[in-house]
Amino acid sequence: MHIVDRRRNPGGKSLANRQRFLRRAKEQIQDAVRDSISGRGMKDMERGGEVSIPASGVKEPGLRRSGGGNREHVLPGNKEYAEGDRIPRPRGGGGGSGSEGSDQGSGEDEFRFALTQEEFLDLFLEDLELPDLAKKRMVVGEVSGFRRAGYSSSGSPANLALSRTMRNAMSRRIALKRPKPEAFDALEEQARQAEEAGAVERAEALRVEIARLRTRTLRIPYIDPLDVRYRQFAPAPRPIAQAVMFCLMDVSGSMTEGMKDLAKRFYLLLYVFLKRRYKHVEVVFIRHTHEAKEVDEDTFFRSPETGGTVVSTALVEMRRVLKARFSPEDWNIYAAQASDGDNTASDNDKTAGLLASDILPACQYYAYLEVGREGDHGPIGFIPRETDLWRLYTSLRGDGLAIAMRKVRHRKDIYPVFRDLFRKGGANAAASP
Amino acid sequence: MSTVINGVDNLLFTGAEWDFDTVRRIHDACEEIARKELGLDTYPNRIEVISAEQMLDAYAANGMPVLYKHWSFGKRFARHEGLYRKGFQGLAYEIVINSSPCISYIMEENTALMQTLVIAHAAFGHNHFFKNNTLFRQWTDAHGILDYLEFARGYVAECEDRYGAPAVERMLDAAHALQSHGIFRSPRRRAPDLASEEKRARERRAHEAAIYNDVWRTTIPAAGTPARRAEEERRRALLELPQENILYFLEKSAPRLASWQREILRIVRQVSQYFYPQMQTKVMNEGCATYVHYRILTRLHQQGRITDGHYLEFLQSHTNVVFQPNYDDQRYSGFNPYALGFAMMNDIHRIAETPTAEDREWFTDFAGKGDGMGILREGWAAFRDESFISQFLSPRLMRELRLFHLADDEDEDAMRVAAIHDERGYRRLRRALARQYDIGRMDPDIHVMDVDLAGDRRLILHHRVLERQLLHAEEAKAVLQHLADLWGYDVVLKEIDATEDRILKEHHAAARPGIVGG
Repeated sequence: MHIVDRRRNPGGKSLANRQRFLRRAKEQIQDAVRDSISGRGMKDMERGGEVSIPASGVKEPGLRRSGGGNREHVLPGNKEYAEGDRIPRPRGGGGGSGSEGSDQGSGEDEFRFALTQEEFLDLFLEDLELPDLAKKRMVVGEVSGFRRAGYSSSGSPANLALSRTMRNAMSRRIALKRPKPEAFDALEEQARQAEEAGAVERAEALRVEIARLRTRTLRIPYIDPLDVRYRQFAPAPRPIAQAVMFCLMDVSGSMTEGMKDLAKRFYLLLYVFLKRRYKHVEVVFIRHTHEAKEVDEDTFFRSPETGGTVVSTALVEMRRVLKARFSPEDWNIYAAQASDGDNTASDNDKTAGLLASDILPACQYYAYLEVGREGDHGPIGFIPRETDLWRLYTSLRGDGLAIAMRKVRHRKDIYPVFRDLFRKGGANAAASP
Repeated sequence: MSTVINGVDNLLFTGAEWDFDTVRRIHDACEEIARKELGLDTYPNRIEVISAEQMLDAYAANGMPVLYKHWSFGKRFARHEGLYRKGFQGLAYEIVINSSPCISYIMEENTALMQTLVIAHAAFGHNHFFKNNTLFRQWTDAHGILDYLEFARGYVAECEDRYGAPAVERMLDAAHALQSHGIFRSPRRRAPDLASEEKRARERRAHEAAIYNDVWRTTIPAAGTPARRAEEERRRALLELPQENILYFLEKSAPRLASWQREILRIVRQVSQYFYPQMQTKVMNEGCATYVHYRILTRLHQQGRITDGHYLEFLQSHTNVVFQPNYDDQRYSGFNPYALGFAMMNDIHRIAETPTAEDREWFTDFAGKGDGMGILREGWAAFRDESFISQFLSPRLMRELRLFHLADDEDEDAMRVAAIHDERGYRRLRRALARQYDIGRMDPDIHVMDVDLAGDRRLILHHRVLERQLLHAEEAKAVLQHLADLWGYDVVLKEIDATEDRILKEHHAAARPGIVGG
């Protein structure tokens, strides 16, 4: 008889099969992954998750009977039936597939399984890459900073490595057999008992022992300068591994829930995308009507607001937040603006100025997403009027500013538009309706 | 180990913890009981400790330790993993491979008592069954299987390198669709020998350029003449028609397959054939293993080698394993082979040793003859589920299980109770239950009948329809498409009523160019 321990064998024996499976069902899985984002909050996106795909794509057909015909069953647990009784067929099972079908039977129409985070995002963001902004920003890709570089026996008190010091002290005390306080208590107690019992010699001996231990305690300090350690730091260049994403949105009355949903989906995609690239991604939500405010995610997407539409207020708010919290030296800054295209006419110049002087120079990437109502196409042959913002931004682009612009009317357009913006080697800044 | 016999030192283990020494002690203690008291005859054992993830891996590959790569195994893995992670499904405590040495995989999470249970169950119960049952002896080659699977995996991987993964995948998809009909069901002349199988595969490839298939001669005598009839006879003989093993037929006779494609068909059908006895002996196999573990654990307890507490733990697991829900219970999903098997083994032992008058009347050949274990061993060796049930299911057990027989005819608006557990019903009930385990009735009976060589080379298959149970049309269509791709020309499957010789339904498929063949 042999016993073999297989637990240490490299795991993932099924990995090759799993990859084959994912490849096989790729299209369906990708669809499922994209569908699944609607039910998720922005921060949930980076988890993996369960998806279900139509079973038809991964069906393994076989030559089986369909049920029906003249069949017979032997069953356990008869209670009241006698020979010749007639029993109505159970619902759903009338001649259909009985309980004896195989586990790959045709009854199921969906196949559910879990994807890892990695697989999920791979499928989700396949073929996409961040816009090529190297020309503009590569220099600030790194900042110098300090990183930990072990311990040293000298240093400033502020850098005292307390736990390491205490650990050294403890091992030294154990090695040198420094008496513990409890040992004294115990000896004192014994000495006292010995005195009470009248064993004078024994009590005397104990007292001597206690005195000897006390001197030993004094000779061996609790913490010795030898034990002390300091944390050491060494200067090192550090890549910026953090990004902030500004979500700007018009929430005035003309923006419907449907439009906000479109915007949300776009923001979700952008968030997931950035999350892949940067260790740490902050999200700032700024909504505006004729005045702008930084809010949390829930308020941003849910609570309605009334008022006019002044886009520059959002840009002012963004500039304020940038100044206060996100210096362009330390952060990669991305911004996406969603709007139905309305703006108060008198505000256009101010908006253009803010973008050109303050916002765009700080940003890695600025995207403008114009959301429209579904089916809002107007009669055939009628060219819809271009919105104020669209015209404004087009003219800014004419001046050589990098703004990515897209129009979206339907949920199904979101992903193609996003892909289009971030396609590998694609024309990032190209505007198209 | 200590030589003290009494007291705690006699215990195999205390608590739930175990290490390899414990496993060895457990194995040795079980072995002694299995050999000396139960008279079991087993292959040498190899016990492998695995983790939960590895158990899931094993599930995905039908419990085989090595298997070629295919997406369907990945799908199975994803399914089991999902169920397991959400807690819908526990994992088996062990998996046992019909090989020599007999490999039992045991889970690291098991307690010491569970390890005892699974070793008794798998390493002795199943092992004995594998080695002695006539079907396994006839159909499987326990010594060669692991090497063959290793060869198969290497071969498929090599094909993927040489011909591209998509081509191999299409080939395997098609072969898998037909694997339920890649089996020889009637006994063959010689026992399988998978070791030489591998060698022959190499030889086949070597001289395969020289193959000349006489069937594809082009001169054909006029229809209806004796010469033509003789020609047809000769052709059927050459093609070994009619043929129940569709994969075998394609491997030998499909005109447009490359040699590596034939080899892949062969691999799939060899694996399929390997599982054929297991399909026919679920009740007996599990019954045998369950009965053995019950006897061994009980004896260990009597010997004072496991504590009362552990014995209770065992009884609880055992009771769960042999639980049979009634037909109207939500948990009912057919007969539990463990329950039915264990009940039958117990019952046979009882009949042999302490029969009632009824038993004497029903089982004249062995009731009251004693040596229950001997009777069981003979039964385990000689039968399969169908014949075992029709031979040994006793009226008493039918009453205990409260069996009844339902006739469910599509043409009638209600089901009819055809027999119950009473004097009139016993024999019919037993026959019906045995039929339920008849492999010939479980899988549809499909044969390759002929090839229209004079015409368009159409392949003709017949499904002999029993009791008007037709094939699942959609799936049959998909399978037939695969079959046509492999064959390279049109395929027709006729569903013919077995009693009336009347065609009930026809399925057609045409080969898609470039999918499989050249």
